[in-house]
Amino acid sequence: MRSIRIIEPGPFATIQDRGRYGYRSLGVPLCGAMDAQALRVGNLLVGNDRKAAGIEITLGGFHAEFHCDVHFALTGDIGGALLNGSHIDSWRTHSAKSGDTLALDNYPSPRTGPRTYFSVSGGIDVPPVMESRSTYVRGGFGGLGGRALRAGDELRLGNPAGPPKDLPAPSWIIPPYSREPILRAIPGPQDDRVSPDGRRVFYSEPYLVTERADRMGISLLGPAINLPDGADIISDGTCPGAVQVHGNGQPTILGAASQTTGGYVKICVVISSDMALVAQLIPGDQVRFEQVDLWQAREIYMRNEYLTRDFFD
Amino acid sequence: MQSEFRILLCGDTGISVEFGSSIDPAINARVRRLLSVLKSRNQPGILDLNPTYRSLFIQYDPWICSFERLLQTVEECVESSAVAGERTGALVEIPVCYGNEFGPDIEEVAAFHDLVPQDVARLHAAPVYQVYMIGFTPGFPYLGGLDERLQTPRKSEPRKKVAAGSVGIADRQTGIYPIESPGGWRIIGRTPLSLFDPGRKMPFLLQAGDFVRFVPISGEDFAKHSDH
Repeated sequence: MRSIRIIEPGPFATIQDRGRYGYRSLGVPLCGAMDAQALRVGNLLVGNDRKAAGIEITLGGFHAEFHCDVHFALTGDIGGALLNGSHIDSWRTHSAKSGDTLALDNYPSPRTGPRTYFSVSGGIDVPPVMESRSTYVRGGFGGLGGRALRAGDELRLGNPAGPPKDLPAPSWIIPPYSREPILRAIPGPQDDRVSPDGRRVFYSEPYLVTERADRMGISLLGPAINLPDGADIISDGTCPGAVQVHGNGQPTILGAASQTTGGYVKICVVISSDMALVAQLIPGDQVRFEQVDLWQAREIYMRNEYLTRDFFD
Repeated sequence: MQSEFRILLCGDTGISVEFGSSIDPAINARVRRLLSVLKSRNQPGILDLNPTYRSLFIQYDPWICSFERLLQTVEECVESSAVAGERTGALVEIPVCYGNEFGPDIEEVAAFHDLVPQDVARLHAAPVYQVYMIGFTPGFPYLGGLDERLQTPRKSEPRKKVAAGSVGIADRQTGIYPIESPGGWRIIGRTPLSLFDPGRKMPFLLQAGDFVRFVPISGEDFAKHSDH
Protein backbone atom coordinates (compact mmCIF):
# COMPACT_ATOMS: atom_id res chain seq x y z
CA MET A 1 0.00 0.00 0.00
CA ARG A 2 1.26 3.48 -0.88
CA SER A 3 1.12 5.54 2.30
CA ILE A 4 2.72 8.03 4.66
CA ARG A 5 2.68 7.99 8.44
CA ILE A 6 2.24 11.09 10.59
CA ILE A 7 4.91 11.15 13.29
CA GLU A 8 3.86 14.58 14.59
CA PRO A 9 1.14 16.72 12.97
CA GLY A 10 2.15 20.02 14.62
CA PRO A 11 -0.47 22.29 16.24
CA PHE A 12 -3.17 21.69 13.58
CA ALA A 13 -3.01 19.79 10.32
CA THR A 14 -5.97 18.68 8.20
CA ILE A 15 -6.59 16.99 4.87
CA GLN A 16 -7.93 19.55 2.39
CA ASP A 17 -8.71 19.73 -1.30
CA ARG A 18 -10.17 22.55 -3.42
CA GLY A 19 -13.41 22.48 -1.43
CA ARG A 20 -16.92 21.09 -1.30
CA TYR A 21 -18.91 22.70 -4.11
CA GLY A 22 -22.63 22.23 -4.62
CA TYR A 23 -23.85 21.87 -1.03
CA ARG A 24 -24.20 25.44 0.21
CA SER A 25 -28.00 25.20 -0.08
CA LEU A 26 -27.84 22.55 2.67
CA GLY A 27 -25.67 24.64 4.96
CA VAL A 28 -22.40 22.91 4.10
CA PRO A 29 -19.42 25.30 4.02
CA LEU A 30 -16.92 25.26 1.17
CA CYS A 31 -13.94 24.20 3.33
CA GLY A 32 -10.87 23.25 1.28
CA ALA A 33 -7.45 24.88 1.39
CA MET A 34 -7.43 28.40 2.84
CA ASP A 35 -4.58 29.20 0.42
CA ALA A 36 -6.12 27.65 -2.67
CA GLN A 37 -3.34 28.84 -4.99
CA ALA A 38 -0.67 27.13 -2.88
CA LEU A 39 -2.48 23.77 -2.89
CA ARG A 40 -3.30 24.10 -6.58
CA VAL A 41 0.31 24.73 -7.60
CA GLY A 42 1.47 21.97 -5.23
CA ASN A 43 -0.84 19.52 -7.01
CA LEU A 44 0.38 20.72 -10.42
CA LEU A 45 4.03 20.29 -9.39
CA VAL A 46 3.57 16.65 -8.37
CA GLY A 47 1.41 15.81 -11.42
CA ASN A 48 -1.97 15.59 -9.69
CA ASP A 49 -5.26 16.75 -11.06
CA ARG A 50 -6.93 19.77 -9.52
CA LYS A 51 -9.22 17.80 -7.24
CA ALA A 52 -6.46 15.94 -5.38
CA ALA A 53 -6.22 16.36 -1.61
CA GLY A 54 -3.15 17.44 0.30
CA ILE A 55 -2.40 18.37 3.89
CA GLU A 56 -2.87 21.89 5.22
CA ILE A 57 -0.25 22.28 7.94
CA THR A 58 -0.84 25.10 10.40
CA LEU A 59 2.08 26.65 12.30
CA GLY A 60 4.65 24.07 11.19
CA GLY A 61 5.91 21.33 13.49
CA PHE A 62 4.83 18.65 11.00
CA HIS A 63 6.84 15.43 10.88
CA ALA A 64 6.05 12.45 8.63
CA GLU A 65 7.59 9.25 7.30
CA PHE A 66 7.16 8.02 3.72
CA HIS A 67 6.18 4.37 3.31
CA CYS A 68 6.64 4.31 -0.47
CA ASP A 69 8.60 6.08 -3.19
CA VAL A 70 6.81 9.31 -4.13
CA HIS A 71 7.12 12.84 -5.42
CA PHE A 72 6.00 15.63 -3.13
CA ALA A 73 6.03 19.42 -2.85
CA LEU A 74 5.67 22.01 -0.09
CA THR A 75 3.93 25.29 -0.93
CA GLY A 76 2.56 28.25 0.99
CA ASP A 77 4.37 30.95 2.97
CA ILE A 78 6.85 28.44 4.28
CA GLY A 79 10.03 28.72 6.32
CA GLY A 80 12.40 25.78 6.35
CA ALA A 81 11.80 22.07 5.85
CA LEU A 82 14.10 19.08 6.13
CA LEU A 83 14.10 15.85 4.11
CA ASN A 84 16.19 13.32 6.05
CA GLY A 85 17.78 16.25 7.86
CA SER A 86 18.79 18.19 4.72
CA HIS A 87 17.24 21.51 3.80
CA ILE A 88 14.82 21.47 0.85
CA ASP A 89 13.21 24.30 -1.09
CA SER A 90 9.52 25.00 -1.22
CA TRP A 91 7.51 25.45 -4.44
CA ARG A 92 9.29 22.64 -6.28
CA THR A 93 9.01 18.88 -6.64
CA HIS A 94 11.14 16.53 -4.56
CA SER A 95 11.35 12.76 -4.58
CA ALA A 96 11.31 10.63 -1.44
CA LYS A 97 12.04 6.96 -0.91
CA SER A 98 10.27 4.62 1.45
CA GLY A 99 11.64 5.27 4.94
CA ASP A 100 12.56 8.92 4.29
CA THR A 101 11.35 11.49 6.80
CA LEU A 102 10.08 15.02 6.29
CA ALA A 103 10.17 17.63 9.06
CA LEU A 104 8.90 21.19 9.10
CA ASP A 105 10.38 23.72 11.48
CA ASN A 106 8.42 24.66 14.52
CA TYR A 107 6.75 28.00 14.06
CA PRO A 108 8.02 30.71 13.83
CA SER A 109 11.38 30.33 12.24
CA PRO A 110 11.59 32.83 10.68
CA ARG A 111 8.29 34.70 10.96
CA THR A 112 6.23 33.60 7.98
CA GLY A 113 2.56 32.91 7.37
CA PRO A 114 0.89 30.05 9.25
CA ARG A 115 -0.11 27.66 6.44
CA THR A 116 1.99 25.20 4.49
CA TYR A 117 0.64 22.69 1.96
CA PHE A 118 2.02 19.20 1.53
CA SER A 119 1.12 17.78 -1.87
CA VAL A 120 2.06 14.25 -2.84
CA SER A 121 1.79 12.36 -6.13
CA GLY A 122 -1.55 10.56 -6.16
CA GLY A 123 -2.97 12.79 -3.42
CA ILE A 124 -4.17 11.76 0.03
CA ASP A 125 -6.79 9.07 -0.54
CA VAL A 126 -9.58 9.26 2.02
CA PRO A 127 -13.21 8.53 1.11
CA PRO A 128 -14.87 11.65 -0.35
CA VAL A 129 -17.86 12.96 1.62
CA MET A 130 -20.26 14.97 -0.53
CA GLU A 131 -17.77 14.86 -3.39
CA SER A 132 -14.84 16.30 -1.45
CA ARG A 133 -12.02 15.07 0.79
CA SER A 134 -11.86 18.37 2.70
CA THR A 135 -11.94 18.10 6.46
CA TYR A 136 -14.74 20.05 8.17
CA VAL A 137 -13.81 19.73 11.84
CA ARG A 138 -16.85 21.53 13.23
CA GLY A 139 -19.21 19.33 11.20
CA GLY A 140 -17.16 16.24 12.03
CA PHE A 141 -16.85 14.93 8.48
CA GLY A 142 -14.46 14.78 5.54
CA GLY A 143 -10.72 14.15 5.63
CA LEU A 144 -9.75 11.49 8.13
CA GLY A 145 -12.81 10.90 10.31
CA GLY A 146 -13.73 14.58 10.23
CA ARG A 147 -10.85 15.48 12.53
CA ALA A 148 -7.39 17.01 12.57
CA LEU A 149 -4.49 14.62 11.99
CA ARG A 150 -2.86 12.88 14.96
CA ALA A 151 0.50 11.28 15.59
CA GLY A 152 0.42 7.72 14.27
CA ASP A 153 -2.15 8.30 11.51
CA GLU A 154 -1.36 6.24 8.42
CA LEU A 155 -2.59 7.99 5.27
CA ARG A 156 -3.19 6.08 2.05
CA LEU A 157 -2.12 7.70 -1.18
CA GLY A 158 -3.94 7.54 -4.49
CA ASN A 159 -2.39 6.48 -7.78
CA PRO A 160 -0.40 9.20 -9.56
CA ALA A 161 -2.41 10.82 -12.35
CA GLY A 162 0.53 12.19 -14.33
CA PRO A 163 4.27 12.80 -14.25
CA PRO A 164 5.68 15.37 -11.81
CA LYS A 165 7.08 18.68 -13.08
CA ASP A 166 10.83 18.84 -12.81
CA LEU A 167 11.10 22.61 -12.43
CA PRO A 168 10.32 25.07 -9.67
CA ALA A 169 7.11 27.10 -9.78
CA PRO A 170 7.88 30.51 -11.32
CA SER A 171 7.70 33.56 -9.07
CA TRP A 172 4.74 35.00 -10.97
CA ILE A 173 2.38 32.29 -9.80
CA ILE A 174 3.54 32.43 -6.17
CA PRO A 175 1.35 34.82 -4.15
CA PRO A 176 3.20 37.93 -2.85
CA TYR A 177 2.93 36.99 0.83
CA SER A 178 3.41 39.83 3.26
CA ARG A 179 3.04 40.66 6.94
CA GLU A 180 1.41 43.92 5.80
CA PRO A 181 -0.58 42.95 2.70
CA ILE A 182 -2.91 45.21 0.76
CA LEU A 183 -6.10 43.28 0.11
CA ARG A 184 -8.07 44.24 -2.96
CA ALA A 185 -11.83 44.04 -2.52
CA ILE A 186 -15.00 44.68 -4.52
CA PRO A 187 -17.71 46.67 -2.67
CA GLY A 188 -20.94 44.78 -2.07
CA PRO A 189 -23.27 43.06 -1.43
CA GLN A 190 -24.31 45.54 1.32
CA ASP A 191 -21.84 48.43 0.78
CA ASP A 192 -24.84 50.78 0.61
CA ARG A 193 -25.15 50.34 4.40
CA VAL A 194 -21.81 52.06 5.07
CA SER A 195 -21.67 55.83 5.62
CA PRO A 196 -19.34 57.82 3.30
CA ASP A 197 -17.10 58.39 6.29
CA GLY A 198 -17.13 54.68 7.14
CA ARG A 199 -16.08 53.88 3.57
CA ARG A 200 -13.23 56.40 3.68
CA VAL A 201 -12.01 54.97 7.00
CA PHE A 202 -12.19 51.36 5.84
CA TYR A 203 -10.28 51.88 2.59
CA SER A 204 -7.58 54.09 4.09
CA GLU A 205 -6.79 52.96 7.64
CA PRO A 206 -4.77 49.87 8.64
CA TYR A 207 -6.45 46.99 10.48
CA LEU A 208 -4.70 44.64 12.88
CA VAL A 209 -5.21 40.85 12.78
CA THR A 210 -6.51 39.75 16.19
CA GLU A 211 -6.13 36.42 18.02
CA ARG A 212 -9.48 35.36 16.58
CA ALA A 213 -8.08 34.07 13.32
CA ASP A 214 -8.88 30.58 12.07
CA ARG A 215 -10.37 28.74 9.10
CA MET A 216 -13.80 30.23 9.83
CA GLY A 217 -12.72 33.83 9.81
CA ILE A 218 -10.09 36.45 10.58
CA SER A 219 -11.27 39.15 12.97
CA LEU A 220 -9.64 42.54 12.56
CA LEU A 221 -9.25 45.49 14.88
CA GLY A 222 -9.09 49.10 13.75
CA PRO A 223 -11.13 52.26 13.41
CA ALA A 224 -14.83 51.40 13.67
CA ILE A 225 -16.76 51.37 10.39
CA ASN A 226 -19.86 53.50 10.68
CA LEU A 227 -23.11 51.74 9.72
CA PRO A 228 -25.94 54.28 10.20
CA ASP A 229 -28.65 51.58 10.14
CA GLY A 230 -26.76 49.05 12.26
CA ALA A 231 -25.06 45.79 11.34
CA ASP A 232 -28.04 43.44 11.07
CA ILE A 233 -29.56 42.25 7.82
CA ILE A 234 -32.08 39.56 6.98
CA SER A 235 -29.72 36.57 6.81
CA ASP A 236 -28.48 35.89 3.30
CA GLY A 237 -25.81 33.87 1.50
CA THR A 238 -22.18 34.43 2.46
CA CYS A 239 -18.93 33.40 0.79
CA PRO A 240 -15.26 33.10 1.75
CA GLY A 241 -13.62 36.51 1.40
CA ALA A 242 -16.69 38.47 2.45
CA VAL A 243 -15.90 41.21 4.97
CA GLN A 244 -18.60 41.17 7.62
CA VAL A 245 -18.99 44.11 9.96
CA HIS A 246 -20.45 43.49 13.39
CA GLY A 247 -22.38 45.80 15.70
CA ASN A 248 -19.15 47.18 17.16
CA GLY A 249 -18.04 48.34 13.68
CA GLN A 250 -15.14 45.87 13.48
CA PRO A 251 -14.60 43.76 10.35
CA THR A 252 -14.09 40.00 9.97
CA ILE A 253 -12.88 38.38 6.74
CA LEU A 254 -14.73 35.09 6.27
CA GLY A 255 -12.51 32.04 5.70
CA ALA A 256 -12.88 28.76 3.81
CA ALA A 257 -14.85 27.05 6.59
CA SER A 258 -17.16 30.01 7.26
CA GLN A 259 -20.88 29.41 7.62
CA THR A 260 -23.06 29.55 4.50
CA THR A 261 -25.48 32.24 5.67
CA GLY A 262 -25.12 35.24 7.94
CA GLY A 263 -27.12 38.07 9.43
CA TYR A 264 -24.41 40.77 9.38
CA VAL A 265 -23.71 43.43 6.79
CA LYS A 266 -21.04 42.42 4.25
CA ILE A 267 -19.42 45.61 3.00
CA CYS A 268 -17.08 44.03 0.41
CA VAL A 269 -15.56 40.75 -0.74
CA VAL A 270 -11.80 40.24 -1.07
CA ILE A 271 -10.94 39.21 -4.65
CA SER A 272 -10.15 35.53 -5.06
CA SER A 273 -6.48 35.93 -5.94
CA ASP A 274 -5.85 37.87 -2.71
CA MET A 275 -7.40 35.12 -0.56
CA ALA A 276 -3.97 33.46 -0.60
CA LEU A 277 -2.70 36.49 1.33
CA VAL A 278 -5.64 36.29 3.75
CA ALA A 279 -4.84 32.59 4.34
CA GLN A 280 -1.36 33.52 5.54
CA LEU A 281 -2.39 36.19 8.06
CA ILE A 282 -1.42 35.68 11.69
CA PRO A 283 -2.30 37.69 14.81
CA GLY A 284 -0.28 40.90 14.83
CA ASP A 285 -0.20 41.31 11.04
CA GLN A 286 -1.57 44.52 9.57
CA VAL A 287 -3.79 44.74 6.52
CA ARG A 288 -5.11 47.53 4.36
CA PHE A 289 -7.98 47.33 1.90
CA GLU A 290 -7.96 48.71 -1.62
CA GLN A 291 -11.20 49.15 -3.51
CA VAL A 292 -11.30 47.65 -7.00
CA ASP A 293 -14.23 47.23 -9.37
CA LEU A 294 -15.42 44.00 -10.95
CA TRP A 295 -13.58 44.71 -14.23
CA GLN A 296 -10.23 45.25 -12.53
CA ALA A 297 -10.82 42.15 -10.45
CA ARG A 298 -11.65 40.11 -13.53
CA GLU A 299 -8.42 41.12 -15.23
CA ILE A 300 -6.48 40.00 -12.18
CA TYR A 301 -8.40 36.71 -12.01
CA MET A 302 -7.90 35.98 -15.73
CA ARG A 303 -4.21 36.87 -15.57
CA ASN A 304 -3.58 34.51 -12.63
CA GLU A 305 -5.62 31.76 -14.20
CA TYR A 306 -3.81 32.17 -17.53
CA LEU A 307 -0.34 32.24 -15.97
CA THR A 308 -1.03 29.19 -13.79
CA ARG A 309 -2.49 27.15 -16.65
CA ASP A 310 0.11 28.38 -19.15
CA PHE A 311 3.00 27.23 -17.07
CA PHE A 312 1.80 23.71 -16.41
CA ASP A 313 -0.46 22.66 -19.25
CA MET B 1 -45.22 38.90 -15.29
CA GLN B 2 -42.34 41.28 -14.58
CA SER B 3 -40.39 40.58 -11.43
CA GLU B 4 -38.36 43.13 -9.52
CA PHE B 5 -34.89 41.97 -8.61
CA ARG B 6 -31.48 43.41 -7.84
CA ILE B 7 -28.05 41.96 -8.62
CA LEU B 8 -25.62 42.39 -5.72
CA LEU B 9 -21.91 41.78 -6.30
CA CYS B 10 -20.24 39.24 -3.99
CA GLY B 11 -16.62 39.54 -5.11
CA ASP B 12 -15.26 38.36 -8.46
CA THR B 13 -16.85 34.88 -8.33
CA GLY B 14 -20.25 35.46 -6.73
CA ILE B 15 -23.50 37.38 -7.10
CA SER B 16 -26.69 37.56 -5.11
CA VAL B 17 -30.05 37.92 -6.85
CA GLU B 18 -32.30 39.75 -4.39
CA PHE B 19 -36.09 39.84 -4.72
CA GLY B 20 -37.34 41.98 -1.87
CA SER B 21 -36.58 43.51 1.47
CA SER B 22 -38.65 41.43 3.88
CA ILE B 23 -39.21 37.92 5.16
CA ASP B 24 -42.23 36.97 3.12
CA PRO B 25 -43.44 33.57 1.90
CA ALA B 26 -44.14 34.91 -1.62
CA ILE B 27 -40.63 36.38 -1.95
CA ASN B 28 -39.09 33.20 -0.57
CA ALA B 29 -41.07 31.11 -3.08
CA ARG B 30 -39.74 33.40 -5.84
CA VAL B 31 -36.17 32.58 -4.77
CA ARG B 32 -36.85 28.84 -4.86
CA ARG B 33 -38.48 29.01 -8.28
CA LEU B 34 -35.41 30.77 -9.67
CA LEU B 35 -33.25 28.11 -8.02
CA SER B 36 -35.11 25.29 -9.70
CA VAL B 37 -35.10 26.92 -13.17
CA LEU B 38 -31.39 27.79 -12.91
CA LYS B 39 -30.56 24.26 -11.78
CA SER B 40 -32.35 22.77 -14.78
CA ARG B 41 -30.39 25.10 -17.12
CA ASN B 42 -27.13 23.37 -16.11
CA GLN B 43 -25.12 26.44 -17.08
CA PRO B 44 -21.42 25.45 -17.14
CA GLY B 45 -19.37 27.55 -14.73
CA ILE B 46 -22.04 27.85 -12.04
CA LEU B 47 -20.42 26.14 -9.07
CA ASP B 48 -22.94 26.54 -6.27
CA LEU B 49 -26.38 27.98 -5.52
CA ASN B 50 -27.66 29.02 -2.11
CA PRO B 51 -31.30 30.10 -1.69
CA THR B 52 -32.00 32.26 1.38
CA TYR B 53 -35.02 34.23 2.66
CA ARG B 54 -35.11 36.75 -0.16
CA SER B 55 -32.13 36.14 -2.40
CA LEU B 56 -30.27 33.50 -4.34
CA PHE B 57 -26.50 33.44 -3.95
CA ILE B 58 -24.63 32.15 -7.02
CA GLN B 59 -20.97 31.10 -7.02
CA TYR B 60 -19.41 30.96 -10.49
CA ASP B 61 -16.09 30.53 -12.25
CA PRO B 62 -15.56 33.57 -14.52
CA TRP B 63 -13.03 31.58 -16.59
CA ILE B 64 -15.91 29.35 -17.75
CA CYS B 65 -18.93 31.65 -17.47
CA SER B 66 -18.45 35.40 -17.86
CA PHE B 67 -20.28 37.86 -15.63
CA GLU B 68 -22.19 39.10 -18.69
CA ARG B 69 -23.28 35.61 -19.64
CA LEU B 70 -24.26 34.84 -16.06
CA LEU B 71 -26.42 38.00 -15.93
CA GLN B 72 -28.12 37.07 -19.17
CA THR B 73 -28.79 33.55 -17.90
CA VAL B 74 -30.18 34.90 -14.63
CA GLU B 75 -32.44 37.39 -16.42
CA GLU B 76 -33.84 34.69 -18.68
CA CYS B 77 -34.36 32.35 -15.74
CA VAL B 78 -35.99 35.06 -13.61
CA GLU B 79 -38.43 35.68 -16.44
CA SER B 80 -39.33 32.04 -17.01
CA SER B 81 -39.38 31.27 -13.29
CA ALA B 82 -41.86 34.09 -12.58
CA VAL B 83 -44.62 31.90 -13.96
CA ALA B 84 -43.06 28.49 -13.34
CA GLY B 85 -44.53 26.01 -10.93
CA GLU B 86 -42.71 25.04 -7.79
CA ARG B 87 -41.59 21.72 -6.42
CA THR B 88 -44.07 20.82 -3.70
CA GLY B 89 -42.09 20.49 -0.50
CA ALA B 90 -42.34 17.33 1.55
CA LEU B 91 -44.17 17.46 4.89
CA VAL B 92 -41.86 16.15 7.61
CA GLU B 93 -43.13 15.40 11.12
CA ILE B 94 -40.55 16.07 13.80
CA PRO B 95 -41.10 14.68 17.30
CA VAL B 96 -40.06 17.12 20.05
CA CYS B 97 -39.81 16.72 23.80
CA TYR B 98 -40.59 20.22 25.13
CA GLY B 99 -39.23 21.65 28.36
CA ASN B 100 -37.20 20.17 31.21
CA GLU B 101 -33.55 19.42 30.45
CA PHE B 102 -34.34 19.42 26.71
CA GLY B 103 -35.78 22.95 26.70
CA PRO B 104 -33.83 25.00 29.25
CA ASP B 105 -35.29 28.33 28.04
CA ILE B 106 -38.96 27.35 27.89
CA GLU B 107 -39.72 29.00 31.26
CA GLU B 108 -38.12 32.26 30.13
CA VAL B 109 -40.02 32.24 26.85
CA ALA B 110 -43.28 31.54 28.72
CA ALA B 111 -42.62 34.30 31.26
CA PHE B 112 -41.73 36.76 28.47
CA HIS B 113 -45.25 36.32 27.05
CA ASP B 114 -47.17 35.78 30.31
CA LEU B 115 -47.75 32.15 29.40
CA VAL B 116 -47.02 28.81 31.05
CA PRO B 117 -44.57 26.33 29.44
CA GLN B 118 -47.44 24.07 28.33
CA ASP B 119 -48.84 26.97 26.25
CA VAL B 120 -45.46 27.47 24.60
CA ALA B 121 -45.36 23.80 23.58
CA ARG B 122 -48.97 23.86 22.37
CA LEU B 123 -48.55 27.06 20.32
CA HIS B 124 -45.23 25.91 18.88
CA ALA B 125 -46.58 22.52 17.78
CA ALA B 126 -49.75 23.94 16.19
CA PRO B 127 -48.65 25.39 12.81
CA VAL B 128 -47.19 23.79 9.71
CA TYR B 129 -43.93 25.65 9.12
CA GLN B 130 -42.12 26.13 5.84
CA VAL B 131 -38.33 25.80 5.55
CA TYR B 132 -37.29 29.24 4.27
CA MET B 133 -33.63 28.34 4.05
CA ILE B 134 -30.90 26.07 5.38
CA GLY B 135 -27.85 27.77 6.83
CA PHE B 136 -25.59 28.37 9.82
CA THR B 137 -24.48 24.73 10.10
CA PRO B 138 -25.14 21.72 7.82
CA GLY B 139 -28.88 21.06 7.75
CA PHE B 140 -30.01 23.92 10.07
CA PRO B 141 -33.56 24.86 8.92
CA TYR B 142 -34.86 28.42 9.31
CA LEU B 143 -38.61 27.96 9.69
CA GLY B 144 -41.19 30.66 8.96
CA GLY B 145 -44.67 30.84 10.43
CA LEU B 146 -44.00 31.15 14.16
CA ASP B 147 -47.02 32.25 16.23
CA GLU B 148 -46.69 35.95 17.15
CA ARG B 149 -47.31 35.02 20.78
CA LEU B 150 -43.99 33.14 20.83
CA GLN B 151 -41.76 35.71 19.13
CA THR B 152 -38.85 36.20 21.54
CA PRO B 153 -35.48 37.93 21.09
CA ARG B 154 -32.25 35.92 21.08
CA LYS B 155 -30.37 35.38 24.32
CA SER B 156 -28.08 38.34 25.03
CA GLU B 157 -25.17 35.97 25.66
CA PRO B 158 -25.04 33.01 23.24
CA ARG B 159 -24.44 29.52 24.71
CA LYS B 160 -21.06 27.99 23.98
CA LYS B 161 -22.73 24.64 23.37
CA VAL B 162 -26.23 23.87 22.19
CA ALA B 163 -27.03 20.14 21.98
CA ALA B 164 -27.78 18.53 18.62
CA GLY B 165 -31.55 18.32 18.04
CA SER B 166 -32.31 21.43 20.11
CA VAL B 167 -35.38 23.37 18.94
CA GLY B 168 -35.05 27.12 19.38
CA ILE B 169 -36.74 30.47 18.86
CA ALA B 170 -35.12 33.72 17.70
CA ASP B 171 -37.44 36.66 17.02
CA ARG B 172 -39.88 35.56 14.30
CA GLN B 173 -37.97 32.40 13.46
CA THR B 174 -37.82 28.92 14.84
CA GLY B 175 -35.24 26.30 13.96
CA ILE B 176 -33.42 23.11 14.92
CA TYR B 177 -29.70 22.68 15.68
CA PRO B 178 -28.54 19.65 13.62
CA ILE B 179 -25.12 19.38 15.28
CA GLU B 180 -23.77 20.57 18.61
CA SER B 181 -22.66 24.16 18.14
CA PRO B 182 -22.61 27.54 19.85
CA GLY B 183 -25.90 29.41 19.58
CA GLY B 184 -28.02 32.26 20.90
CA TRP B 185 -31.52 30.98 20.15
CA ARG B 186 -33.93 30.29 23.07
CA ILE B 187 -34.09 26.52 23.42
CA ILE B 188 -37.56 25.16 24.20
CA GLY B 189 -37.23 21.45 23.35
CA ARG B 190 -35.25 18.76 21.58
CA THR B 191 -35.91 16.19 18.86
CA PRO B 192 -34.38 12.72 18.93
CA LEU B 193 -34.30 12.76 15.11
CA SER B 194 -30.99 13.38 13.43
CA LEU B 195 -31.33 16.26 10.95
CA PHE B 196 -27.88 15.70 9.58
CA ASP B 197 -25.78 12.56 9.46
CA PRO B 198 -22.91 12.55 6.95
CA GLY B 199 -22.80 8.73 7.15
CA ARG B 200 -26.40 8.33 5.92
CA LYS B 201 -27.27 7.77 2.28
CA MET B 202 -29.43 10.90 2.53
CA PRO B 203 -27.43 13.03 4.99
CA PHE B 204 -30.08 15.78 5.24
CA LEU B 205 -33.59 15.42 6.64
CA LEU B 206 -34.84 18.75 5.25
CA GLN B 207 -34.28 21.10 2.35
CA ALA B 208 -35.53 24.61 1.55
CA GLY B 209 -39.23 24.55 0.61
CA ASP B 210 -40.12 21.54 2.76
CA PHE B 211 -42.82 21.74 5.42
CA VAL B 212 -42.40 20.82 9.08
CA ARG B 213 -44.84 19.91 11.82
CA PHE B 214 -43.65 19.41 15.39
CA VAL B 215 -45.22 16.52 17.30
CA PRO B 216 -44.90 16.77 21.10
CA ILE B 217 -43.52 13.62 22.74
CA SER B 218 -42.76 12.60 26.32
CA GLY B 219 -39.36 12.01 27.86
CA GLU B 220 -39.90 8.22 27.60
CA ASP B 221 -40.76 8.51 23.90
CA PHE B 222 -37.61 10.59 23.41
CA ALA B 223 -35.52 7.81 24.96
CA LYS B 224 -37.25 5.19 22.77
CA HIS B 225 -36.64 7.23 19.59
CA SER B 226 -33.00 7.73 20.54
CA ASP B 227 -32.50 3.96 20.79
CA HIS B 228 -33.47 3.43 17.16
